[in-house]
Amino acid sequence: MIAADLSTVLPELLLAIYAMAALMWGVYLGKDTQARTILWATVGVLFVLAVFVGFAPEGTRTAFGGMFTNDGFGRFAKVVILLGAAIMLALSEDYLTRNDLMKFEFPILIALAVLGMMMMVSAGDLMALYMGLELQSLALYVVASFRRDSLRSTEAGLKYFVLGALSSGLLLYGASLTYGYTGTTTFAGITSVLESEDMSLGLLFGIVFMCCGLAFKVSAAPFHMWTPDVYEGSPTPVTGFFATAPKVAAMALFARLLHDGFGAAVSDWQQILAFLALVSMFLGAIAAIGQRNIKRLMAFSSIGHMGFALMGLAAGTVEGVQAMLIYMAIYVAMNIGVFAFILNMEKDGRPVMDIGSLGLYSRVEPARAAMLAVLMFSLAGVPPLVGFFGKFYVLMAAVDAGLTWLAVAGVVASVIGAFYYLRIIYLMYFGEPADALDGKMPVVHFAALSASAFVMVFGIINLFGVEDIAAAAAATLLQ
Amino acid sequence: MTITVFAFYLFALTAVAAGLMVVLSRNPVHSVLFLILTFFSAAGLFVLMGAEFVAMLLVIVYVGAVAVLFLFVVMMLDVDFAELKDGLAQYMPVGLLVGIILLMELGLVFGHWIIADGAPALRQAVAPMPEDTHNTVALGNLIYTKYIYLFQTSGLILLVAMIGAIVLTLRHRPDIKRQNVLEQMYRDPAKTMQLKDVKPGQGL
Repeated sequence: MIAADLSTVLPELLLAIYAMAALMWGVYLGKDTQARTILWATVGVLFVLAVFVGFAPEGTRTAFGGMFTNDGFGRFAKVVILLGAAIMLALSEDYLTRNDLMKFEFPILIALAVLGMMMMVSAGDLMALYMGLELQSLALYVVASFRRDSLRSTEAGLKYFVLGALSSGLLLYGASLTYGYTGTTTFAGITSVLESEDMSLGLLFGIVFMCCGLAFKVSAAPFHMWTPDVYEGSPTPVTGFFATAPKVAAMALFARLLHDGFGAAVSDWQQILAFLALVSMFLGAIAAIGQRNIKRLMAFSSIGHMGFALMGLAAGTVEGVQAMLIYMAIYVAMNIGVFAFILNMEKDGRPVMDIGSLGLYSRVEPARAAMLAVLMFSLAGVPPLVGFFGKFYVLMAAVDAGLTWLAVAGVVASVIGAFYYLRIIYLMYFGEPADALDGKMPVVHFAALSASAFVMVFGIINLFGVEDIAAAAAATLLQ
Repeated sequence: MTITVFAFYLFALTAVAAGLMVVLSRNPVHSVLFLILTFFSAAGLFVLMGAEFVAMLLVIVYVGAVAVLFLFVVMMLDVDFAELKDGLAQYMPVGLLVGIILLMELGLVFGHWIIADGAPALRQAVAPMPEDTHNTVALGNLIYTKYIYLFQTSGLILLVAMIGAIVLTLRHRPDIKRQNVLEQMYRDPAKTMQLKDVKPGQGL
């Protein structure tokens, strides 16, 4: 019994043991002199686990009395999370060293956050969901304020902590209402109760509260207030990390809760999700126009993109979940490239975050500027780049589910949002000449940037097969 | 029976009154003391429900550790509580409005409150009422078998909290002189004093 359970949670178990062993290693063997070793070891472990999870045998297995579900959907999300986290961690090494932030706790906290994310996407129970979410969030609060001597960074951490605690409270309140009505916390139990009985007002409130709590975590409007400040204040590699793995985890958790737990009440939560998607898309598109700081700009961009991913979920169909998974995978791939670039926006060794500094950047570094331009086109969803296909699948799913008005709104929002992505390209190629950025780009960053741009261009052939894998993964969520 | 009812109202009213005083009292030290009183009353309520283990936990952990820690923080740190409460009057109307709306909505929910037909049975099935064991034993059985996954995850969460607290606050300051006990112990008194014979008018 326990052996079968443990083999089901083997990747998580290995990651937990690794994190604790690395902690001991760092503490007993010379603290921060080991930081670099531990960082690259963590990158390696995350990569190996991604391969391990990716090639795990098919099929759905549950452990610990249904609290943990290891299925195709979870494995897809975990592979994206593990790869995204590993690459962002590898990119952060140079920045951390140069800014005197290289502490051995950083990779360990990231590993523990990833562990929390893996638990989230595999949750089969409201309590397991909450535990995974807290493990992830708590580690993220700490890394947000990792530059503890900077007022902005500590402010970011504190703001994230207070608002995150509030959202956890909302989520817990919703969970308690759900438990009060159904008498069980397992998703399977909730589904069976929902199938046999009517929706009650109390349960509806529970769903609303839980959706609000999770909307905080995916930074969907109108629960987005923390995002720009946290993105701006956190150290740049942390911002890049926030924009990749945690977003996938929270979105997958959202899908898991709505389909596994409340799959029998699609019509009840569909309108909530449609509203969140609509507001996020427009807020992300419009509020970013006034931003000059590229990290804040990426924050609003992430809000807009979460709106599109939520549109896929709002469809409430297999195609919708598939579209959401494809969208998130593409989004992570784009963000890796963009943040590899942002990490090197420097002038005389000091980070410069103003987008005005990109003026005529194409004359300084033509290769980098071209690749960033490709990524910006892709983020804007300009065909024929891969970013367009992400939006295309989401819009198709929404139309098929009868949410044509939402799809039309999405197209309008993406046209408005294209303005600020294209403005960056305009600045780089035709803008006012600015003091040239002179940040040198390490090989790892250049590789990540060019790989990301490569994927955006050549992925249009068949999306590297992600489409079929995502379809199979989505199908396991909605058997 | 009447004693139970009397005890319930006593503890419940004390808990509510002390809870109000936590928020309302001007002196933060009094607030913490009222918080301790609230914890004690809540522990009494748990005993009445037959959950003596939780009651003891509340007293030992919350009163014994957390509340006393609060007390130390309040007394040791120079926090200007008057300043913290400065914007209270300004934000009060909005806060009250939101609070009242939420309260009305919740009233609506509980007015219509129904539970699914199968819910009580499902709830019983998770944790059967222990017949002849203490609830400490019953809880231990449940936590270490059925909920082992959650229990271990909580351990990891606490580990993250500990790492976070150390990472964000611990500072290694090289300019401080620290006591080195071994060095002191192995100090040879015979070698600590040197006698120099200084010739008059020359210095060292």
